[in-house]
Amino acid sequence: MRFLSFLISGLSLGSIYAIIALGYTMVYGIAKMLNFAHGDVIMVGSYICFFAMMRYNLPPVVGVLLAVIVCTVLGMVIERAAYKPLRQAPSLAVLITAIGVSYFLQNAAQLLWTSSPKVFPSIIGNGKIQLGELTISHVTLLTVVVCLVIMFALTWFTGNTKMGKAMRACSEDKGAAQLMGIDVNGTISMTFAIGSGLAAIAGVLLCSAYPTLVPTTGSMPGIKAFTAAVFGGIGSIPGAFLGGLLLGVIETFAKAYISTQLSDAVVFSVLIIVLLVRPAGLLGKVINEKV
Amino acid sequence: MNKKLFSVVLAVLMMAVCVSGVMAQDTIKIGGTGPLTGGAAIYGNAVANAAAIAIDEINALGGQQYELRYEDDAHDAEKAVNAFNALLDWGMQVSMSSVTSKPAEATSELNMEERVFGMTPSASSTAVIEGKDNVLQMCFTDPNQGSASAAYIANNDLADKVAVIWKNDDVYSKGIYDTFMAEAEELGLEVVSDTTFSDGNDTDFSVQIADAQEKGAELVFLPMYYTPASLILAQADAAGYDPIFFGVDGMDGILTMEGFDASLAEGVILLTPFNADSEDEKTAAFVAKYLELYGEIPNQFAADGYDVVYALVGAMEEAGVTADMSAEEINDALIETFETFTFDGVTGENMTWSDGAVNKDPKGMIIQDGAYVGLD
Repeated sequence: MRFLSFLISGLSLGSIYAIIALGYTMVYGIAKMLNFAHGDVIMVGSYICFFAMMRYNLPPVVGVLLAVIVCTVLGMVIERAAYKPLRQAPSLAVLITAIGVSYFLQNAAQLLWTSSPKVFPSIIGNGKIQLGELTISHVTLLTVVVCLVIMFALTWFTGNTKMGKAMRACSEDKGAAQLMGIDVNGTISMTFAIGSGLAAIAGVLLCSAYPTLVPTTGSMPGIKAFTAAVFGGIGSIPGAFLGGLLLGVIETFAKAYISTQLSDAVVFSVLIIVLLVRPAGLLGKVINEKV
Repeated sequence: MNKKLFSVVLAVLMMAVCVSGVMAQDTIKIGGTGPLTGGAAIYGNAVANAAAIAIDEINALGGQQYELRYEDDAHDAEKAVNAFNALLDWGMQVSMSSVTSKPAEATSELNMEERVFGMTPSASSTAVIEGKDNVLQMCFTDPNQGSASAAYIANNDLADKVAVIWKNDDVYSKGIYDTFMAEAEELGLEVVSDTTFSDGNDTDFSVQIADAQEKGAELVFLPMYYTPASLILAQADAAGYDPIFFGVDGMDGILTMEGFDASLAEGVILLTPFNADSEDEKTAAFVAKYLELYGEIPNQFAADGYDVVYALVGAMEEAGVTADMSAEEINDALIETFETFTFDGVTGENMTWSDGAVNKDPKGMIIQDGAYVGLD
């Protein structure tokens, strides 16, 4: 019973990592850049939803929709203003810019909304299901379901739609894709839009499960999710999903059975071992470079 | 701006600073730094507001006039040092040190070096007063909070089996934890569950809560600030676990979090030296004034800030400090006076200081219907 209840909290935490990791992996897969500002877009989404629900008393659904819209637009604006001018620049420049954007968002949030913590209202209440001794909260169930739905929807989208195919083409070879008449810039913008929309959903679920909202709320989950994406194989959608879930479960089990002090050390040791054995991550594709 | 104009402006500013420093003054300048913005802003603003009330009250009596200035340090040691230097430039003669521990550890060094007497309202780390002859605390030191909490739990028979959840990368939490454990062992309290968390790992507490619940802890001791504490309360509630939660001064502020469901904090006990519903005349007047000006019941940090002003002013009067004395002269006079000075304030009676630490009795408080109620 103890094992099961830890498994469930691990899955709940892991699903949130997974949704964030999906955003990371999408952007990395297509634009080949690490968008370190992703975690902060999550935080913005949570604030939008918080204010919609608490200050304007809008129903949760409207709050979530608003958060998704704002984050989608924000993602596209960030891409246009900060990353597009650097399309031809070395990837290190883009990485540093992403870190800059991350700090910008955190500090802007602190200016706008102050850093006194806010308590996020759960979007679906605090209900729970009792199965014998086991309690599962509605938020946990919702998180796992939403995570699965997003994973399948994204897999289908990239595999079967025209836009999705364009994305995969850009991912393989930008130059060749452009020669084939694909609007590479448009596709990358679209990727950012989708990734940021997902970030908003992740933010709302994150704060529903763990309700303290401060301007740095997104940064640590963002880093853990990035780890999850690498763990699962960055660029791979099912990989991000698997990596996120595993990371959450390992973290919870490490806390429960090894030591609450050492849980992070355990998580990252597992990561190092996996990467030593499979450098491309669990489900990552190994691409042989021709020299 | 061209360079010439810029240098002229700078020169004028420098003149202004010099002149203001030289001019004979009739007020004594008291300065302090605290987080007026940022994550710990609740604490900084409480202290600054309450100190302003105390200064106004003292000035209204006529007699020696005082001037108060608070600079923002955003709970950051580096910013606190800059803020402290800004206060020195302003002509600060007596310091209220800093509100929170990390900044105060930095500014108290300056108090020592620059020979400016300092008294912190609420920076509870021992490093703030250690090795300094001119920095005092109005609040308990961290170790004192830990042993006082254990003693309170044992003496009032609150529980036999106790769980502790603490933050292992935070000096404040660790300091309280260490002395709590030592005292608990001495008094025969059984600590059945001892779990930790750290920065970045402070969202999911299900494991820590499950551990305490399984081992049958009747009381959970939370030596931490209110942000993680609020998550623990919510998650324990979700897990159907309802022990007594026992906090320290960092718990103060939990009721003012925006969106916080106060019913979660129902029955939480915290040890603080200040009780806002006390019938004591001085306390009642202070609470009424604070409520009128700032629209909320003052917390313990506010009370500490209020007391610091009165203690400093009281000691300066006893020492015969005048406005034309330099910071160093005042410093020497106050060091001598505080050796024997006793003070009655809103956070305790007959307070005295030894080696910078205060001697006073903590009071137990319980949260009932979204407000603090005194237990004694």
